[in-house]
This record gives sequence, structure tokens and C-alpha cells, in this order.
Amino acid sequence: MSTTATVQDRPVAPKANTLELVQQSWIYRFLLFPIGQMLIFIAGATILLTVIAYAIAIAFPAPNPNIDLVTQINRQLPGMIISGVSIGFVYSMIALGYTLVYGVLQFINFAHSELFMVGSATGFVVMKALEDNGVLKEWNPILMILFMLVCAMTVSGILAMLMERIAYRPLRGAPRLVPLITAIGISFFLIDFVRAGFAITRNEFNLTYPVRSLEMFATPVRVAIGETTVNVRTTSIMIIISAVIMLVILNYIVNGTKLGRGIRAVAQDQTMSGLLGVNVNLMISLTFLIGGAFGGAAGMLFGMNVGTITPYVGFLPGLKAFTAAVLGGIGNITGALLGGLTIGIVEAFLNGVLVYYPALGQRYTDILTFSVLILILIFRPTGILGKRVDEKV
Amino acid sequence: MASTTITNAPNPNRRALLATGFALAYVVVAVLALILVDRNSLWYPLYNVFAYSMYVLSPILIISLPIPNPIKFGGLAILLLIVTPMLGIYNNSYMEIAVQICIFAGLALGLNIVVGFAGLLDLGYVAFFAVGAYLWAVFTSTSETVFKLNGWLVPGEMFWVFLVIGVFIAAFVGILLGLPVLRLRGDYLAIVTLGFGEVIRILARNANDPINITNGAQGLIGIGKPPVPDLLHGITNEAIRIMSLRVDNPGFVAQQLLFYLIAVGLLVLIIVISRRLEDSPIGRAWTAIREDEVAAKAMGVPLVRMKLAAFATGASFGGAIGVLYAAKQAFVDPTSFVLLQSIIILAMVIVGGMGSIRGVILGAIAMTLLNLHVLTNLSLQLNALRNVNFIVPIIDFPIRNWPNQLEPAKYQPLIFGLVLVLMMIFRPEGLMPAERRKLELKAEREESAGLDEQAAPQPKGDA
Repeated sequence: MSTTATVQDRPVAPKANTLELVQQSWIYRFLLFPIGQMLIFIAGATILLTVIAYAIAIAFPAPNPNIDLVTQINRQLPGMIISGVSIGFVYSMIALGYTLVYGVLQFINFAHSELFMVGSATGFVVMKALEDNGVLKEWNPILMILFMLVCAMTVSGILAMLMERIAYRPLRGAPRLVPLITAIGISFFLIDFVRAGFAITRNEFNLTYPVRSLEMFATPVRVAIGETTVNVRTTSIMIIISAVIMLVILNYIVNGTKLGRGIRAVAQDQTMSGLLGVNVNLMISLTFLIGGAFGGAAGMLFGMNVGTITPYVGFLPGLKAFTAAVLGGIGNITGALLGGLTIGIVEAFLNGVLVYYPALGQRYTDILTFSVLILILIFRPTGILGKRVDEKV
Repeated sequence: MASTTITNAPNPNRRALLATGFALAYVVVAVLALILVDRNSLWYPLYNVFAYSMYVLSPILIISLPIPNPIKFGGLAILLLIVTPMLGIYNNSYMEIAVQICIFAGLALGLNIVVGFAGLLDLGYVAFFAVGAYLWAVFTSTSETVFKLNGWLVPGEMFWVFLVIGVFIAAFVGILLGLPVLRLRGDYLAIVTLGFGEVIRILARNANDPINITNGAQGLIGIGKPPVPDLLHGITNEAIRIMSLRVDNPGFVAQQLLFYLIAVGLLVLIIVISRRLEDSPIGRAWTAIREDEVAAKAMGVPLVRMKLAAFATGASFGGAIGVLYAAKQAFVDPTSFVLLQSIIILAMVIVGGMGSIRGVILGAIAMTLLNLHVLTNLSLQLNALRNVNFIVPIIDFPIRNWPNQLEPAKYQPLIFGLVLVLMMIFRPEGLMPAERRKLELKAEREESAGLDEQAAPQPKGDA
């Protein structure tokens, strides 16, 4: 985007070499670059964690002498990586919502985790309706997933816009605690509203996606890697593919369209961009729409992956995604991606390794997420990719 | 307040007399409304919603009216120490709600120190409450924990000692939480404290293996109670005899009465400490931090010490109340300390008015009534109507067809969420705002109104 030319050089246009030409091309900016970035993040996080996992396995032998931790890790490594990447993408997509809103309004939308929950509930409703009408098995699975995604994204996106319009816009300019408390209120309201809705209509609020009834999702794909074969869940592949496509689209919207330019302008300086003719309120609404849509999509994908959800499902993924957003540097879209993938892979590795230490056990993985959050906030509150922002007095 | 309008200020004596008379009439009407009703009538639960709410709000009314101080505090003492216990003996559920109100008012005042005075939004306040509750619980519970197996249990007489220990342990935990989050502000502080609250709850749930300390998700049962002094037994029996009631278990009533008295005592202590702190140098330092941290630091307010002091003070109230709560409930489990509980306490502070002691107490009364009295009684009323197959007139709707899932008591989070949102949008200063905050908001409004006049007539907010 930036050239090395100085003002004096201007008249003589610098000769663009091949590399620069490639960098300016559409394919590079909107396809190769974002996908390459994801691959690098995944590879980096995976390699780092693999090394750590083996180091732990060698340094702290499992309490049970019959288990050789190194061979166990050898066997489980591919599975851990795939589940880590898929859950990581889910966290990234939620973290994007936090980060987009923070970038524009400098405010943490506490109710964002509920957009995720509403998305997964919508996905359930749609899938259940398809099943009840008997078309679930007839439809092309890809078409079905696409349809569910669109429904979840629409509902969550519109809900996010409404939330902003009704509850946050009247409070713009109020002390910082005020919108925060409103967001907590909305969060509880939405959880209970969804719970009540399902409790009245279905008499229960454990929502089980009819995923098992589909042949495609019932049996995992067997992939042979060397001597070992790994069972890869179809839903994991589905999450990864959908997430990559959506993130590429988001990158295009933010960096390649007029709308994205408007959002970035509002994020930099609301008053100035307003004076230059950007419709600030519209841009803020659209930011909420995009963030909500990504949250909803993540919710639906997450729901298909875990099978059963409840209205309370948003809390932990929301908190982890927030941690991811802070880890990457809040307000930074690439940071949200990096943070989400890192947290997802860390979690998968912890779940894989901690099983062998019964005294610690998986029960404490959630505490570890909080500890990571607290440590980042204390030692590097700007995150990995965040820029230092001085407090305005 | 009255002296500002000199010309037509009524005679202060007459005002006081009027106010006293009104308060007295209010209390008498409320008490009569509670006593003179047939408890078996069909509409009793609905009636009860209004009657007891009216009575419970009377202390706030007495405080707010311009009654001369000696009469005011004398009246309050009579109300809290004689009338309420008598009513509580007459109908035990009134005592129960009164104790719960004292407990939650104490907690809300503790949170008010952190949120209202120092402006640090703490979403994990319930953690300190949990620390106090578990402290007393693990040392007296009859559950098979490591304490019981090793014979480390303490008798109920130690309650008073543990009340004090609870204060210090909770204050210590408050400082432990405060230290890492000192540099955080606003949103980050909120989310870290939320995480801290969850960590404490997860620890309580999981600390049953390999060493069983908290008995995990099953919770601790048979928690010890402070022994009831003979005098209180005598008073209870006498009261029962005077009101010629038939009570199956006077010992239980006396125990409840003891908890009520402890709760009132603790609450009064907390109110006095809060009041004294509010206008002390520490309280002013907190206000300075709340209003502008950078300016406060520049003026020489020791940020670290003052923030830690706020966390420790707020936490210590929570710890003491927690000990009392564990003893009263005789059972604690991790579900009593979920995030919703923190949010409910926060709602009390917000509804009443952040930083206003009177307001926070009003908020605690209102929210506890809503939670434990209004919603419960509405559900009871619904069931009563269902049992007699009541049909709503005019629209001919049989109550029996009302879905089971639509019972009011099941909608706590919905209602509390809505209360928070509506309060923030329409009355952010609370029902009974602190004087300082009222002035601030007024100034802010005038300022923004002035700006609007100067600016070109544009659609508002649309830059």
C-alpha cells in the first residue's frame, strides 16, 4: 500500500518491479495474502505448541506409569491440531465482533457472546425445521449449510444492529460504565428470553442439532498419516472451510470496498470522517451488523460441531474469544484471527495433554483461559499486534 | 433543603410534626394490613405482594422524611428491633425476607464502596461473599470433607470469631484481586473481575479431589449455627404467648430471630462505616479516582493504596456477610455464587444510585423484594388460581391454560437484565442519587444543552 517514493521523486514515477506489481494485484491482496496469513498463523502456533507439548511430556512423566506420554502425543497430534484449528476459527469469528466494535466505538460489547448464542439457536431452529419437513436428507449438504449460515447470520446481524440502535446509541457519550452495564443487562435479557422461548415452545432448552441423522456428519473421515490413521470430523472440515471463505470475504469488505473505507475512517476519527461526508451512524450500524453476522455464523458452526447447545452456551466461548481479541490486540482484525487460532490450538493441546494428569485434569482448563487473559492484560495490555494507545486526558 | 426558599417555607416544627405523623400513619396502616387479613383467602399472595412491600419500604420513608433526628432514629430502632421481629414471629416468611434484605443490603453497600465510591466496576463481587461463606462452611459442615475427617471442626460458638476472621480473609482476597488489576480500568477491569468471580466458583466446585475441601458440586450441608442465648428464647416464647400464636417449633423461631438481629447489627455497622468513609480523606480520594484518575494522581492521591483500600473494604463487608449467610442457610454450594448473583447485587447498586448509601439500601430492598417476594408470590397466586380453576372475566381465559413455563418466578435474569438496561437509558443516576452525582449530571445536561444551541441545527448524533 505504501511506496518508498518521497515527494521529490514524484515526477519520475518509480519503476514498479514484479514484486510490487504482484502486491498490488487483486488476487494477492484479497486471496493470497489473507489465506497465507492464516496458514502462517496456524503453522506458527502449531509448531510452538508441539514443541511445548513434547517438552512437558518429557519433563513431567504422567503419573500413571503404564502410559508413555510421548507416544500418546505422537498418536493424537494430528487430531489435536485439526480440532484446535477448527475451534480456533470459531473463536476468531467471535473475536472479530468484539474487535470491530471496539475499533469503531472503543467499547466492549459484553452482549456479543449472546449474538453467538442466538446464532447457534437460529441454526438449530432452521435445521430442526428442515428435518421436520423431511427435506433435511434430500438437500445438498453444502446448500443446507449455506442456508443455515445465512439464516444465523441474518438473525444475529439484525439483532446486533437493533441492540446498537436501541441500547447503545442513546448512551453514546455517557460515562464508560454506563454502556457496559447496559450490555450486561442485554446479555442476561437475551439469555433468558431465548431460554423462555424454547421452554415454552419445546418444553426444554437443551437444543440438539439433528446432525447425527445425516450420513455425512455421522461418520468421521479417516485420513492416513504415515502409520497412523486419524479420524477427522466432517464438522471440523466444514468449520474450517466456511471460516476461511468468510474471513476472505471480510478482508475484501474491509480493505477493498468503499464501505470498508468508511468503517476504517470512522474508527480513526469519528468527527472528522463525519465532516468529510461519511454517514457515521450508518457505518456504526454496519459494523454491528458485520460483527453480529460473524458471531451468528460462529454460533451455528459451533452448534453443529458440539451437537447440543443451551441458551447458556455463549458465556465461555464469548469469554475465550474476548481473550483472543485482547491477545491479538483489541481493535485489530488480524490480531483477532491470530488470537483466536492461538487460543483454540492451546485449548486443544491442553485438553489432549491434561487428561494424563488426573490431579489437575480438564476441569481447570477454563481457569487457565482466565489466567492467560489476566497475564496478557497485566504484561502486554495492547496484545501481540496492538499499537500502544495513550490514554486521552 | 427547605431553607432555600425562605419566603414561603412552612414552619419547620409543623413540617416535622406532619412528617412524623405521616410516617407513623404509614407504618400503622402497613402493619394493620399485614395482620388483619385472612391468610387462607384466594387472593392472599397478590395482596401480600403489596402489603409487605409497603411495610418493608417504611424504613426508607422514615429516613427520607424531614423528621427530627432523635425521633427518626428512635422510630427506626422501634421498627427494626420490635415491630419487625414481632411480625416475623407472627409470620415466619416475613422474618426470612427481612434477613435476606439485610444480607443483600450489606453486600450491595460493600459493592457500592468499589463501584460507587471508587468507580471500579467489579463484576465478581460475589467471590468475596463466597470466600466468607465457604470459610465458615468448611469448618463446621457435617459433610465428609477433609476437615471433618481430621476432626478440625469448630463448635457454633466460634461464629463470632469467624465473623471477624471472615472480614480479614475476604479483605486479603480483595487485595489479592486488586494487585494484578490495579493498572486496568473500565472494560478490562470489569472482565477480569468477572473472570475472578468465575475462578473462585470453579475452584469451589472442583476442590473435592484429590483433597475434599469444599465437597464439590454437592455442596456442604449441616453448617453450624451460633447458639441462641437463653434470653432470646425467653423473649420469643413471651412474644408467642402475647400474640397467642400456635408455634410448633419455638426454637427455630428463636434461631431465626437471632439471625435477624445479627443481620441488622451487621447492616447498621456497615452503614456507619460507609457513612464515615464517605466523607473521610479516603472517601474523597476515592471520589477523585472515580472522577479522573490522571488528575487524582497528579494531585498526589496514592492510587495504588487507595484502590487496594477500596477492594479490601468492599471485600471485607462481603466476607462478613458471607459467614452469616452460610450459617443462616446451613447449606452452601457453588450455584449460590454464580455470575447472576453478582449482577443482581450490581443491579441493586445501580437502581438505587451509585455512591448513595440511602439509594443503595433502597435498591437492595427493591431488588430483594422483587426477587424473593414479588415474583414468588405472583407464582403462588397463579397456582392458587389454577387450583380453583379460576377463569379470567371479560376475556374468558381459564388460568389453567396458562403455560407452566410462564411462571413469574422463572424469569429472574430476564427481569434483572431489563431493569439494568432501562435504568441506564432512562435514569442512569438511580432512584435516589447521591447529591454530588445529581449535581454532576445536572451540570452535564446544561453543558450539552448549551453546546446544542451553539451548534448548527443538525440532526442530533448524525455528524
